[in-house]
Amino acid sequence: MDYLYDLNTFLPATIMAAAGLVAILMAAYKARIGNIFNFTIVALVMALAVSIRDLFGPDGTAFFDMIAYGGTAAFGAFLVTLGTLFCVVISRDYLEAIDHHYREVYAMILFGSTGMVGLAVSNDLIMLFLGVETMSICLYVLAGLIKGEKIGAESALKYVLLGAFSTGFLLYGIALIYGATGATSYAVVAGAAEATPLFLAGTALLLVGFFFKISAVPFHMWTPDVYQGTPTTLTAYFATASKAASFIALVLVLSRMIPEIEGVELTQLLQVIAILTMIVGNLIALVQDNVKRMLAYSSIAHAGYILVGLAAGTPEGYTGVLYYLFAYTIMNIGAFGVIAYYERNHALDFTDVHNYAGLGYKFPVMGVLLSVFLFSLIGIPPFVGFLGKYYVFAAAVNAGLVTLAVIGVLASAASVFYYLRVMVYLYFREPHKEYQLVRPGALFKYSLILLGILTLWYGIEPIFPTDSLIELISTYY
Amino acid sequence: MLENYIPIIVLFGIAIVLAIILMSLSRLLGPYRPNKNKLNPYESGMDPVGQAKERYSIGFYLVAMEFIVFDLEVIFLYPWAVGFLDLGLEAFFAMTIFIVILFIGLWYTLKIGTLDFSMKPTLANR
Repeated sequence: MDYLYDLNTFLPATIMAAAGLVAILMAAYKARIGNIFNFTIVALVMALAVSIRDLFGPDGTAFFDMIAYGGTAAFGAFLVTLGTLFCVVISRDYLEAIDHHYREVYAMILFGSTGMVGLAVSNDLIMLFLGVETMSICLYVLAGLIKGEKIGAESALKYVLLGAFSTGFLLYGIALIYGATGATSYAVVAGAAEATPLFLAGTALLLVGFFFKISAVPFHMWTPDVYQGTPTTLTAYFATASKAASFIALVLVLSRMIPEIEGVELTQLLQVIAILTMIVGNLIALVQDNVKRMLAYSSIAHAGYILVGLAAGTPEGYTGVLYYLFAYTIMNIGAFGVIAYYERNHALDFTDVHNYAGLGYKFPVMGVLLSVFLFSLIGIPPFVGFLGKYYVFAAAVNAGLVTLAVIGVLASAASVFYYLRVMVYLYFREPHKEYQLVRPGALFKYSLILLGILTLWYGIEPIFPTDSLIELISTYY
Repeated sequence: MLENYIPIIVLFGIAIVLAIILMSLSRLLGPYRPNKNKLNPYESGMDPVGQAKERYSIGFYLVAMEFIVFDLEVIFLYPWAVGFLDLGLEAFFAMTIFIVILFIGLWYTLKIGTLDFSMKPTLANR
């Protein structure tokens, strides 16, 4: 039974898809929402365990070369599952507090993550498209969760329209690549590809579709509005899991489909996009007063740093990208989680940084955690964000892209201002008005503390190099 | 070469003549009492003239969603049915899983009351 073996290599997504089907039926029969939540957590923990097993497993392709398993693909599945699990854990308290706790949310997250895993392990352009669509349709629904309010409608509508637009680019690119090479499987395309105008146009359109999904400049316009109108914990889901899946798919496409085709020079293109993304993301983030919008622009800037590693195009660069995605996932979910905690005490517009004045002393654990995550996002040692940045910039320098690395470091220095600004408000400003913060729920608090510990642990871990994460990843390339 | 098309032209001719004969017969033999509703162009019961900006009940979209479930099923079932013997048992199980997944979708939409037009369909909130 080849099918069963293939299914075993695709087990994380299979578990999540099956759990999603059960969850939607539980929702239809109006099960208690706590039960749906618990069921989702159990399914995701199982999927995470399986994906960790796959990290150390063999690699190859399954389902008639449609998907890859092991190596980078397994890391993608692991990253998506990890991000989803933490987002779901912190979602419950928050969605309950803002009164948008629908039963269907968990089914949508499970289906969306199935699509993300499919995207991250894709080894064929058809599978890539299928993954992107499964993921996006669920994200459109989640973006419009705050229904009945303008901000939710704006977020969902913008996401649907621009998402459909970008999918058009992606599909047209796939069609042209198929026209030029007669194949959709990465390996076959790589073998048959020549630098004909048809193939180049197809590659360009495919990359435009990707740049939309990872919100690289100049295709980033939707990001802040969508992120702002989405419930904060789900924004974390958008910014980490879906982005990680898109980036891993991009790594697979770049390394397996367009590796070395004569006359195709992608480094130049990726360099320009990376520079634009870093500069625009960081500059606009400087003037944001809304913390959620600030994090949205910062996520654009982080996409720029990750593109630096892709522009290097060496195994070292790809390793850096994978490590950066891991770092970005844990620290960004943490930061969004603390912001969700502050926000759920008040109305939805409580994301203005001026309202954060003096909050750091109110419930010290949360203030300290937010500081840890923000320091990590800046890239200050000994936090994990520093190592992520170090690996991508080092790879760029070793690949001879010194200018790119210098611009990256300078842009990252500019980012200190807007991250530290939040901390200044937290600790050094007098509050205009007294707020009474509710106590965070135990699960919420401890999962954020766990993320904080991971942020710190993986920042110091390479000092003890035996079986460290970076060693594991570097064996993939 | 063109003479091959003569039977088609004959067919068109017969159709047109037959249509004219039948319409005149029904007008001559049947009762003829026109009113506004009868003379309107037929649009499946909808008012054919009106504002372009019209709002429909959201229930229609949910019914359309159910239609998509069956539509997709048919799209996949036909090619599978054609190649059924060549594809074998594995394809049978794959299609079974596919149909079960679609069925769960249909089950969900029915359960939240899409076909119950007396009630407003709601998400299963609270």
